[in-house]
Amino acid sequence: MPRRHLIALSLGASLLAACSGGEPEWNGHDIAGVMPDVAYELTNESGEVVTEAAQADHPRLMFFGYTYCPDICPITLARIQAALQQLPAAQRDEVRVLFVSVDPDRDDPARLRDYTSGFGDQVIGLTGSQKQLKALHKRFRVTYGYGEPDEDGFYLVSHSSAVFAFDRQGRARLLFNQDVTADQMAADLSRMLASAP
Amino acid sequence: MTDWAFLLLPWETQWWLIALFALTAWCYARGLVRRRRWRDAPAALAFGIGLSSMYVVMQTGVDYYAQYMFFIHRIQHLILHHLGPFLIALSMPSAVLAAGAPGWLRRLGALIVASPPIRLLYRILQQPFIAGFLFVGLIFYWLTPSIHFDAMLSARLYWLMNLSMAVDGLLFWWFMLDPRPPGATPVTRSIGLRVLVLWAVMVPQIALGAWIYLNPDVIFDVYAVCGRAWPVSPLLDQQLGGLVTWIPAAMMSVISTLILIRFLFNHERRQTASGAAPLSATS
Repeated sequence: MPRRHLIALSLGASLLAACSGGEPEWNGHDIAGVMPDVAYELTNESGEVVTEAAQADHPRLMFFGYTYCPDICPITLARIQAALQQLPAAQRDEVRVLFVSVDPDRDDPARLRDYTSGFGDQVIGLTGSQKQLKALHKRFRVTYGYGEPDEDGFYLVSHSSAVFAFDRQGRARLLFNQDVTADQMAADLSRMLASAP
Repeated sequence: MTDWAFLLLPWETQWWLIALFALTAWCYARGLVRRRRWRDAPAALAFGIGLSSMYVVMQTGVDYYAQYMFFIHRIQHLILHHLGPFLIALSMPSAVLAAGAPGWLRRLGALIVASPPIRLLYRILQQPFIAGFLFVGLIFYWLTPSIHFDAMLSARLYWLMNLSMAVDGLLFWWFMLDPRPPGATPVTRSIGLRVLVLWAVMVPQIALGAWIYLNPDVIFDVYAVCGRAWPVSPLLDQQLGGLVTWIPAAMMSVISTLILIRFLFNHERRQTASGAAPLSATS
């Protein structure tokens, strides 16, 4: 039922877009002007403190998660990897993927490095203190939280499931949620990289 | 210690909002002191709870949880749109506020209330059909999945959403809980008509709440996109939110109907006491 509603809604929306003669809709969510530029101070896989300046001039994809994540994180990172592989080589090599762990207690730099290496060379693992992570999350109106540990000390972490895309200037451009496929993400990224200076 | 500070301090500080609440509370307290009437006590309690509950859901840590948990967002709106304004309107605070407000503010208030465009706008907004339509329409508007998505992502839209709920709640309950006999002012409608509006707004709220509660799919994916305040099943969060939209919201219509019936008795008793002919209904 609701899916039918959604289809009707999106049909209506695309009709409106067609009538107004504007730009074609993105597959992701257009967040230009809604979200601020990328900015952070975090620790990288080598244990060094880095800021957004470390990846200046690179288009960036930012995703929040943790290495013990059972489902969303590996699926999303794999989807990003698949999307990047569809881009022309010149575009693909530019892009940096920032995987921000919100579980610094378990995800030390070494563990992060092992984890991200499984998803391609462009993935950079980052984490930070609770204060640093909270500042970054508040900036992008997202959050995370910890569940109760079980008898083995394992606990779940709630986190944002969105992938944020920033252009070369670090401006927020697109947000991909879980129902955007790798093909759709690749199409959007290619268009974003081609249009931005 | 930090947890307490987090809970008590605003998540996103809006200084003008804090100033507005502080000014209102100060005027009211000063009015109470100046009037020195024990009769004011129950109304002051209702006003105090109403005003502080609206403050708490907007300018404390509760706002953080409301941004990252659907059912807490629904509780926030229940307070902003139903409970807080209901209690404030029930307390009929105008006289106490006027007694406590400094001269310049009282004059400014009188000027605004008397200005023709404001009067016209007020009469339009308090037209029963429009008031009822706005009341339900805003709930439906902000709960349209795509609009809800944008509202939770954009700081500007988020505040517009919450403020529109608070302002509309005040307008609606002010209109509903006017204790004067019908016809006393152009916007004081007959009790029967008001009960009709109350029940007319109840049905769509029940339908919307039930639709959310009974939906097997997650309708509001923005809470997954932004992350939840703590790990909880998205469907459970949605079901709780549906229940809050459904039951307490509908209960407010029932409670208000009882209050209106009580007003009706008061009006009739007053008429019998003064021996006047029954007042004709709406204008």
